Amino acid sequence: MTKNKSKLDFAGDWSYAPAPESTKVKIDKRYKLFIDGKWVEPTSKKYFDTISPSTEEKLAEVAWGNEKDVDKAVKAARKAYEGVWGKMSGKERGKYIYRIARMIQERARELAVIESMDGGKPIRESRDVDIPLVANHFFYYAGWADKLDYAFPNLRPKSLGVAGQIVPWNFPLLMVAWKLAPALACGNTIVLKPAEATSLTALKLVEILQEAGLPDGVVNVVTGFGDTGAAIVNHPDVNKIAFTGSTGVGKIIQKAIAGTDKKCTLELGGKAANIVFEDAPIDQAVEGIVNGIYFNQGHVCCAGSRLFVQESVADIVIRKLKDRMESLIVGDPLDKNTDIGAINSKDQYQIVKNYIKIGKEEGAKFHENSCALPKKGYFVRPTLFTDVSQSHRIAQEEIFGPVLSVQTFRTVSEVIAKANNTEYGLSAGIWTDKGSKIFNMTTKMRAGVVWANTYNKFDPTSPFGGYKESGFGREGGLHGLDAYLDLG
Amino acid sequence: MSKVIEIPDFRHTPTVDKVGVEERASRFTKRSIKKEAKMQGLKMALNMIDLTTLEGSDTPGKVKQMCYKAMHLHNSIPGLPSTAAVCVYPSLVKVAKKTLKGSDVKVAAVATAFPAGQAPSDVKIRDTKFAVEEGADEIDMVISRGKFHSGDYNFVFDEIAAVKEACGKARLKVILETGELGTYDKVRRASDIAMYAGADFIKTSTGKISPAATMPVTLVMLEAIRDFYYKNDIMIGMKPAGGIRTAKQALHYLVMVKETLGNAWLDNHWFRFGASSLANDVLMQIAKQTYGNYHSSDYISND
Repeated sequence: MTKNKSKLDFAGDWSYAPAPESTKVKIDKRYKLFIDGKWVEPTSKKYFDTISPSTEEKLAEVAWGNEKDVDKAVKAARKAYEGVWGKMSGKERGKYIYRIARMIQERARELAVIESMDGGKPIRESRDVDIPLVANHFFYYAGWADKLDYAFPNLRPKSLGVAGQIVPWNFPLLMVAWKLAPALACGNTIVLKPAEATSLTALKLVEILQEAGLPDGVVNVVTGFGDTGAAIVNHPDVNKIAFTGSTGVGKIIQKAIAGTDKKCTLELGGKAANIVFEDAPIDQAVEGIVNGIYFNQGHVCCAGSRLFVQESVADIVIRKLKDRMESLIVGDPLDKNTDIGAINSKDQYQIVKNYIKIGKEEGAKFHENSCALPKKGYFVRPTLFTDVSQSHRIAQEEIFGPVLSVQTFRTVSEVIAKANNTEYGLSAGIWTDKGSKIFNMTTKMRAGVVWANTYNKFDPTSPFGGYKESGFGREGGLHGLDAYLDLG
Repeated sequence: MSKVIEIPDFRHTPTVDKVGVEERASRFTKRSIKKEAKMQGLKMALNMIDLTTLEGSDTPGKVKQMCYKAMHLHNSIPGLPSTAAVCVYPSLVKVAKKTLKGSDVKVAAVATAFPAGQAPSDVKIRDTKFAVEEGADEIDMVISRGKFHSGDYNFVFDEIAAVKEACGKARLKVILETGELGTYDKVRRASDIAMYAGADFIKTSTGKISPAATMPVTLVMLEAIRDFYYKNDIMIGMKPAGGIRTAKQALHYLVMVKETLGNAWLDNHWFRFGASSLANDVLMQIAKQTYGNYHSSDYISND
């Protein structure tokens, strides 16, 4: 490659004026627990604040549910299961779920705005990715509700009973949809715990469930912290646990339910390899790298956080990547032009910052985009480390932030070995123009999802889940039904 | 001072992923350009237009009127720029040049047996020389798509180089006619051939074939320009032509240029819109920004 002084300048005179999305949405001052179709005070009378990570302002107070509240919720769910929902025909259940899906579409803007206010993700993503997918999940599983016998012929699928569902803060409402929709379609009732940092959209969804006339007790929402989740996991009358979150908590859950007959699916951490071969369409691969790691501030369990570039094209890929990073706009999540919003919480902000420090101390070469950051709020610039090796902590541990570690490789077998050399196995990306290479790689990757010439694409029809410490069980698609059915 | 440029093997030009490039192109359309940024963008767009008439029925009278419009887009709003150029057939260059005398508006001529390019090379050179002699500042040539499809890249390359030589001081825009090329890979390959053969600009379309300019095609070409710049330290201009009719589309293109090539290209020396009806839609938007309400199209001249 010829070296010269050529450099592109992405700043300059013409910058986009602020384009803020209106934040006129109704958020109550205080949210109670939703049990048996009613809003009820938490037994402890305790509430906690939910904070906007982009302004550091308090948005609302949310009830802190304890064991007693969870017990009430499970009892309500059991009653609804035995009295109504478990007996209802699939066709009737489907009607409710379709109705919920349509109402989510009708209130999409409101939900997107609240998602961005509460979670910090850019409105472009909550508007164009999260909320449409939420509706799609409900639509998709509504369709299955009366066709379960055809999904599993001759197995006489039966619902499980009460499902305890614990969701993370990175895609607050989408993860609720991933869990609620198949559970409802299969005839189960639910006790749901949103993440403490991002409870609001799940609580807004309750309004929709109420308007849709969903029978009391079918869905119960108990907000709170880890202790609330533990109470759900440990409750003897829960038949199924579905958890998405950290591998650490996943292990605790598995220990807790050992020896019980609770069914379980865990969707945990990841440290995905995104692999760019020399014959890849480079400009699109660069875009895929950006979507892989900087989407949702890198708060994505399947984020392509380990980039492997074939050595012959490494210089070009890195240069293009750095140029592309310069055009990313970091800032107010509610501005329509923002590409990268706020880190979800103060805790997570410190974790990400600490990993950046570790990366520097480990001697990796640090690069970040040069933009100014807002004075308030938890913001981290898109960051990349080169000169990284497998033994670096930043190449091994899940950072869950906009931090990419880049390694190079020479051969197919070398990159397969390196990509699989991780405790995780949730996802992987492969970039090449050669179809046969894609098929070879997909059979060798120990990862639940492998994207070819794209990254971070989600669809309700496609199963999602991990290998190794990334968890087990699949959500989405026909496979996602399996987790909520007794197939004899 | 001429520098040596290493000519690559055009059988091995970089590949383009269709899904990926279309997705990236649509992402630019999500940018929201408001207020001052919008006004600034609209004026920039006006100043980048090659106001075009390429009809068999073109007459000196028609061209004179268009030239006047190029210089005085809408005098009732002060402070508007002129267009970058007018674009006409070689036979009308002289009258255009005369009408535009004293202004900054350039005269571009489509030469080389536009739009099909199905003529012997000597005819194309003659066509080019005639346009230059008549006073054209810029030549918009078409590549031989037939030869390109048959894999005769050397022919295409040599022809462009010969036309470039015939241009003398005039800047050369090379039209790839992307609507006839079929794939993004071929658009990329034709872009590379044109740039290495001496194009000052690469241009999507004649406007006579559908589809004309699209955002993904333009993005592929911008990325080719970027790679060429990094490799050779030479800036090449870009001209999407045909199909860009609205101010909103124009702003999306400008966003794409800014985020792909950076600010240096946001200038009519390096970026042009080939369009006949775009100017009026941009004027309509400028009037809206100025007066707060939309004009009827009857308030804006139709030359």
